[in-house]
Amino acid sequence: MSHDTLPRPRPAKTEERPTPPPPRRRRKHWTRRGNPVSGLGSVIWLAIVLVPIYAMLSASLTSQDKALTGNPLNPPTSPTLDNYNTVLNSGFGHLLSNTAIVAVAVVAIVLGLSVPIAYVAVRTRNRWSGLAFRLFLLGVAIPAQAVVVPLYLLIAKLNLYDSLLAVILPTAAFAMPVSVLVLVGTLRDVSEDLYEAMALDGASPQRMLFQLAVPLAKGGISTVVIFAALQAWNGFLFPLIFTQSDGPRVLTLGLFNYVSQFGVNIPALLASVVLSGIPIFAVYLVARRALVGGLMGVGGK
Amino acid sequence: MPGVLFFAFFAVVPMVLAFYLSFTSWDGLGDPQPVGLDNWRKLVNDDRMVQSLWLTVLLTAASWVFQTVIALLLGVWAAGRQRNRAVLSAIFFVPFLLSSTAIALLFYALLDPNFGIIQENILGSSSGAFLAIVFVGGWQFIPFHTLIYQGGARQIPEVLYQAAAIDGAGRYRQFFSITLPQLRHTVTTSTVLLVVGSLTYFETVLILTKGGPGTDTAILPYLMYEAGFKSYDFGYASAIASFLVVAATGLSLILVRLTGFGSMRSTREGM
Repeated sequence: MSHDTLPRPRPAKTEERPTPPPPRRRRKHWTRRGNPVSGLGSVIWLAIVLVPIYAMLSASLTSQDKALTGNPLNPPTSPTLDNYNTVLNSGFGHLLSNTAIVAVAVVAIVLGLSVPIAYVAVRTRNRWSGLAFRLFLLGVAIPAQAVVVPLYLLIAKLNLYDSLLAVILPTAAFAMPVSVLVLVGTLRDVSEDLYEAMALDGASPQRMLFQLAVPLAKGGISTVVIFAALQAWNGFLFPLIFTQSDGPRVLTLGLFNYVSQFGVNIPALLASVVLSGIPIFAVYLVARRALVGGLMGVGGK
Repeated sequence: MPGVLFFAFFAVVPMVLAFYLSFTSWDGLGDPQPVGLDNWRKLVNDDRMVQSLWLTVLLTAASWVFQTVIALLLGVWAAGRQRNRAVLSAIFFVPFLLSSTAIALLFYALLDPNFGIIQENILGSSSGAFLAIVFVGGWQFIPFHTLIYQGGARQIPEVLYQAAAIDGAGRYRQFFSITLPQLRHTVTTSTVLLVVGSLTYFETVLILTKGGPGTDTAILPYLMYEAGFKSYDFGYASAIASFLVVAATGLSLILVRLTGFGSMRSTREGM
């Protein structure tokens, strides 16, 4: 992995300038922050992270009868893809396509609604936009669990129960507060002068939004896309409560049902967990920088 | 602003509606019937509710200690810019990508007494099941909080460390006198997210222990789920939910008030 996979630190601020640190000093600073104890600690944590993942991969490649006798930490003696076949033949594709539909729809709704909201919150300074922005700040603290009963009532009254829309709409709504916060953060960095220049050229607010704000807020937008997709992909509560039949079943709920379906066939269960994680992991490999950078900003200031 | 209306309809309106429903009796079919304070009276007198509240507080506290200590140390460590740290941070982040469902299932399998790593029925004992939930929650969310602390630690001005080094402060002195105070605001952010997020352990509880053994891991969201979607007593479930909202937002507000003010001042002093 190259050095540019992590967001680079902001350019040195002016207060560091008066005593330009020679390279040696800089190195010394890094060694001061890291030390053998914390280095060891991070290796221990690495083991805590990797051992369960390794056990999962290894067990998912082991046949069921062998899995029950051997320790899951031993490497599989005769690896087999049977478990993956079992899972793929039990309607996994259907779950996958449902989840993909939910994720795409959620991302589309979240982007379509959050970008204008963030734009308005940054560009206009009246009471209503301030109030709306505060509403979203509050929204970060609303636990989905707390509103699931009344949402159930709403969904039933809208005749959406047991449909993909019943999952898509609330998921999108609950992804919005964080999206708006992230977008407001990036749009604030767009210089006021650029807007003024465009306004002088006679650009309409819509044009300024699409030709200036959106291109310049690309980083924030990609963070929001990934974050909303992640939430939609991993959501469990809304599918559990708002759907029932096989038709609109999504991946997480499918996994949950595999527990009863596969019973004691734990290798097959773990194979389904691995399969469910692969798409997200692929996205992570491609878009790591945007995801990590965007989330890192959350606690920054 | 259709966006605001959309959000309000699916998040804010339900919250208000939850309060209304808590004064009704509703079995999920037909229309809710007003019953006054019945649900709230039941809530106050319910032994399970008391146990559940205690469990929720305990779980949140244990998770806070576990996750904050590790995430803070890892985050500060990862804020350095050597290449191996970047690679390790990338690996550390992987658990956060998996869904709570997948993670709960993974540990459900690994903790299975017939199959698992530890040939002991951990989930069958009260304290074992509780600790398992704390651990699994941490396994999933420490990466996220580490990232937050990493971002916070990178924004600490280097001059502070340089000045401290000139004054002869050692590594640990620097950590406690500069890094920790400078990260106070970050700790608040992370704590608020953690407190609200600890309610999402619902999935973990549902899959890992189903609230058991007995009712020993039935935290409030799980109790609400059982009352509503298992016993079809939606009025009572709404009362529990309303209580959750009040507790969660109240706690967040208190945390921000208590720590936010001080952190701003200390940041200025440091400059």
